[in-house]
Amino acid sequence: MTSVLLERAPWETAPALPRLLGTGRKLAEHREAYGGLPLRTFAGEEGRARLIQEVTQAGLRGRGGAGFPTGRKLASVAAGKKTPVVLANGCESEPASRKDKTLLTHAPHLVLDGAVLAAHAVGAEKVIICVERGGSLPERLERELAQRKGDPVKWQIARIPRRYVSSEESALVHFVNSGDGRPIAVPPRPYERGVDGRPTLVDNVETLGHIALIARYGPDWFRELGTQTDPGSTLVTIGGAVAQPNVYEIVPGMRIGEVLDAAGGATEPLGAVLVGGYFGTWVPMPEGWSMPLSHDRTGPGGVTLGAGAIFALPADACGLAETARITRYLAEESAEQCGPCMFGLPAIADDLRSVAFGRCGPATRQRLMRRIEMVSGRGACRHPDGATRFATSALTAFAEDLETHLNGWTCSGVSRDPMLPLPKARDRGWR
Amino acid sequence: MSDEPPRLQVNPIACVAHGVCRELLPERITMDEWGYPIVDGSPLPADLVAHARRAVAACPTLALRVDGKLARRR
Repeated sequence: MTSVLLERAPWETAPALPRLLGTGRKLAEHREAYGGLPLRTFAGEEGRARLIQEVTQAGLRGRGGAGFPTGRKLASVAAGKKTPVVLANGCESEPASRKDKTLLTHAPHLVLDGAVLAAHAVGAEKVIICVERGGSLPERLERELAQRKGDPVKWQIARIPRRYVSSEESALVHFVNSGDGRPIAVPPRPYERGVDGRPTLVDNVETLGHIALIARYGPDWFRELGTQTDPGSTLVTIGGAVAQPNVYEIVPGMRIGEVLDAAGGATEPLGAVLVGGYFGTWVPMPEGWSMPLSHDRTGPGGVTLGAGAIFALPADACGLAETARITRYLAEESAEQCGPCMFGLPAIADDLRSVAFGRCGPATRQRLMRRIEMVSGRGACRHPDGATRFATSALTAFAEDLETHLNGWTCSGVSRDPMLPLPKARDRGWR
Repeated sequence: MSDEPPRLQVNPIACVAHGVCRELLPERITMDEWGYPIVDGSPLPADLVAHARRAVAACPTLALRVDGKLARRR
């Protein structure tokens, strides 16, 4: 049996999917499919330690973007002196992603089960579910919470400003503590001192959904899919020039081309694929077709799934113009607390726009490269790092276009309608 | 922690680019085009520690620190 599994490529085990999205929306359907919370299996101090150990053995990594080992985070929070707090992060401020909203809509109780189990594992008594304010999601979650009786935690829903950086973990803690949704300087990190000064577990809602499954089926089951270092399944949002843009559950280790095929395949020749959303990396196509995707960084550009937003850009669109437009958005989403981010990102966005629309000379490239290097790593949060990673990857992936643009020519792609999604309504407040 | 060599670090939220640190410690601090300090966070040699502490004390917004460890590394 083992050899059979080894001979099969990861994606061929895909009929075992979906794990996360196959459950019912209603509590009764969910309980029918999964049974009750397995709290008694993990009773007492010994049980809690065993639950953390099982998550560690499963090799689950955070699904919010960074891919940090969840078991290690649980252990750090559990080791704190004060009673911890759990923050379930369902904000998903990334415009190209909607997998968290989809999960909270289609399988809310899997996430809530996972939050209860995570709270149990670290010894927390309170779970705060963080979602973007506005829309119907907060109210729907409140209704689902009202259905659940006997959870051993106190539930709270926090309605977070719809800002790109407000879903960053220090920003969530800041908002819950003081009503200000801007990131704060670390350390102390939330796992050391977060909500009310308590050790705080901030986990993405998909991560919690996986915890709910690992607690029921065990680490070996979890590891039946995925790669050695990035096991399990993972949710991705596939957009752009594909037949059926949507949220899909895939297996880490699948190649970019196979992931696009999951969404019905490309509808026109592709120039590049953006992997990992607006903090992500452009991968040129068709060369990138066979690049495997996981939470491990791959290739010279350090491509990673991040929070799983994948966007297929047609060959006749202009990747530089798209990048300039999104970098402008990221600059506008800066919390404007740190000088290098507040001044650097708009300057980089201006340079990119000059490049995209052919109003530049060779000096523009030098200045752009210098500014990118200057800004990276100098914010309190990783906003400038993510934005500059994205910009840098565009200069590499669209290197040929760049030469053309730098010589004062624009491509026909700049007249095509913009493709990468931006939020329709922009929230300007932080409180 | 006290065994680790001292390093300079800046709280980028507190810093509003007065530029005093750059005046007092040009060996370790340069300035970007917007006037914000680019701080060399590698271990401070013994002969710079006193100068570094003076720059820390002079910062009007208390944004600069000399610590045994860095706030963020990566």
